[in-house]
Order: sequence, then structure tokens, then C-alpha cells
Amino acid sequence: MSGKPKLHYFNGRGRMESIRWLLAAAGVEFEECFLEAKDDLVKLQKDGSLLFQQVPMVEIDGMKMVQTKAILSYIAGKYNLYGKDLKERALIDMYVEGMIDLNELLMVHTFQPAEKKEQHFATLVDKATNRYFPVFEKVLKDHGQDFLVGNQFSRADVQLLETLLTAEEFKPDILAKFPLLQSFKARTSNIPTIKKFLQPGSQRKPPLQEKDVEKVMKIFH
Amino acid sequence: MAGKPKLYYFNGRGKMESVRWLLAAAGVEFEEEFLETQEQYEKLLQGGSLLFQQVPMVEIDGMKMVQTRAILSYIAAKYNLYGKDLKERALIDMYVGGTDDLMGFIMMFPFLSAEDKEKQRATIVQKATSRYFPAYEKILKDHGQNFLVGGSFSWADVHLLEAILMVEEKKSDVLSGFPQLQAFKARISSIPTIKKFLEPGSQRKPLPDDKYVETVRRVLRMYYDVKAN
Repeated sequence: MSGKPKLHYFNGRGRMESIRWLLAAAGVEFEECFLEAKDDLVKLQKDGSLLFQQVPMVEIDGMKMVQTKAILSYIAGKYNLYGKDLKERALIDMYVEGMIDLNELLMVHTFQPAEKKEQHFATLVDKATNRYFPVFEKVLKDHGQDFLVGNQFSRADVQLLETLLTAEEFKPDILAKFPLLQSFKARTSNIPTIKKFLQPGSQRKPPLQEKDVEKVMKIFH
Repeated sequence: MAGKPKLYYFNGRGKMESVRWLLAAAGVEFEEEFLETQEQYEKLLQGGSLLFQQVPMVEIDGMKMVQTRAILSYIAAKYNLYGKDLKERALIDMYVGGTDDLMGFIMMFPFLSAEDKEKQRATIVQKATSRYFPAYEKILKDHGQNFLVGGSFSWADVHLLEAILMVEEKKSDVLSGFPQLQAFKARISSIPTIKKFLEPGSQRKPLPDDKYVETVRRVLRMYYDVKAN
């Protein structure tokens, strides 16, 4: 047993990707066990490994943790990426929850039926550029600091970078009106642990292709 | 200014109900401003009070907090309902995530068509009895303690009681296969702050009715159909 956290999920982004990002940002090595078919999920369900019969599941510090938010909070708390006090934590939580809402929209886009895709794309771009990005642009503008909260690198910065990069995959010029988010992106991408995660060969997963949607649906449905 | 937390939401359960439960459980008095009109909502938006243009919003300790989960975490931590260390916190977060998912199935219920309501009722009961209740039943059985985590009353206990009562409103005998949960429900309900919250006249909100649905739709201009999941 290696002592490294072990991630159980399918070989793709989904709900596990934010966890990969956070572990990588914290400089924590981790292993992955990929579900390839429904049987793999059933096996985990039957051996009592999944508290609510669902993945993501992360084996870490003797626990079999489920629930993405719980896992992320634990990792952030453990590796000092959660601010220095209750109020900074509150800000981080608010920002992160907003980013998760946007991320959710991005994540489900690939699964939209063909006739709804165009509308969904428009919604996603609208929400990103009118609801979420302006908030973080303003946060950075108002305090003029490098990081979102408390002048210190935190999970909020990691989550924001992930979200910005994912949004750009949908629309490459989506940050056009957000100069501070652009410089945030450049700056944060250069943090050594993050820079390493962004290089080819890391455990970062590529976007889900149309052709893989069916395979993923079969595991979970 | 009272210094009490102030909740901005509709006069109904929705996403704010868990916040009401937790504040009440912690013995914290709070005020409420109910959204009834588009104008009120626009005013909140124009005033920059809603970080992501959404409610719930809670004014607390000089902050205008949004995002239900963030609000609940802050309250839990402030009032010592979040365990004693990182690992207890992790357990609480996991358990709350489950009850959150379960209550999520119920939250959209009032907005569904009559036909979808029947399907969703079945889904809620099925998920509760085959996925969520068994998990909490086992947790309580395995450690034999009065509370879910660390032998101490926490946010997880409040959230689970809230979820149990909500599912019972959909099927009154839903706890019949779960003796531990029945005892848990009785025990937690008799905690003085919770007992008070469960009495008539408290700030606990009733089951959503047509008026509530109409108000939400009107204020948020939410005139599209909501689908069951």
C-alpha cells in the first residue's frame, strides 16, 4: 500500500477532475483506478466502498471518501489551501460554489441531446460572461492582489483556473473582456505544481469526446 | 441594526430552509425579508447584494453571504456544529452531501406537472429507502452513538432530521424499515432548540403550495417547465 490517495472514477474529467487539480496544485502524488464498464462500478457498490453507491470515491488517510465537495474540502483543509480563518473560508466557499455551478453547466454540455446543444451553449456563454466572470474580475480589481482571497494561494485560485481553461475550450475568446482574469490565468498557470499539471503526460484528463459519451453513460446507467 | 442574521428569500422552504434549521438548532435568532415582487428582487440585484444574482442571501457578521453550502458551512463552524477536527469535518461533509442530494430531489417537486409529481414521489421514496436511509442506518448501528459524528451534535444531525421529515411528508411510513433512524428522529426532535423549531409559530416553513410556486416563478421570471430527474 503506497499511502498515496487513490482515486476511483472513469478515465475522464467528470466530477473527479477538480479533485485531480487540487491534489496536483498541492503537490500531492495520487493513483487512479479507472472504471471501464458497469461491472467495475457494481463491484465497488457491492463491497461497501461507496457510501451512497456513487463515485467519485477517494481513498485517503484511511477513509473511503465520497461526495466531491467533501473530498475537495478535506484536501484543501489538509494542505492549507482554505484560507487562514473562518471569514476567509467563507469567501473561498462562496467563490468556489459559484465556480462549481458554472463548471456543472460546462460539464453537462457534452451530454445534451443534439437539438438542445445550441441553446445550451448560448446559456453557458451567457452565464460565464455575464454572471460569473464579472464577479471574479471585480474581486481581483478591487484588491489588486495576485490571489482571490487573503493574498494567499487557495483552492479558490485552483478552481478558478480550471474553470477558465475549461470555458476557453468551449469558446477560445471567452476571456476577451476580462483582462484581470487573463493575467490571473497566466500567473496561476506558472505556479510550479500547476505548470507541471498542465504539461502533457500529467494526470489531467482531456475533454470528453462525443464518441466516449455512450461508454460513460453505460457505466452509470 | 439588530446584529441578528437576516435571511433574504421567498416565504417558503426552497434552498433557505436548511439555513433556517441550522440557525434554529444553534439557538440563533434571525430575521427574514421575504421576496414577493420582481421589484424587490431587482432592487437587491441593482444594489449589488447578490454576488451571483441569486438568493439565498444571508447578511451575517458584516457579510452578504450567498451560496447555500457556503452559508451553512460558515454557520456550522461558527456555532461549533462542525466536528472537532478535519476528519470529523470530512465525515460531516460527506453525510451532509448525501442528505443534500436527497433533499434536492424534493426541492423541485412543487414545480413539476401533476404527472411528473407522481413519478418524482416514487423516485424520492426509492432513493431514500434504497440509497440514503440504509447508509445512515448503518452508520448509527455501527457506532451505537446518539449522533452521527464524533459522539457530538453536529450539522449532519440537523440536516438528516430535516431530510427524514421531508421524505415522511411524501410517504408517512417511510422509516418503517429503519429502527435506528426512528430512534434518531425522536432523539434529535427533542433537543430543546429543535423542539422549539418544530412547534407551530416558529420560522420553519410549511410544505410549498401553489402560491409559493407562483411567487417564485413571478419573481424569477421562471416560466419554463421544470423536469423531474
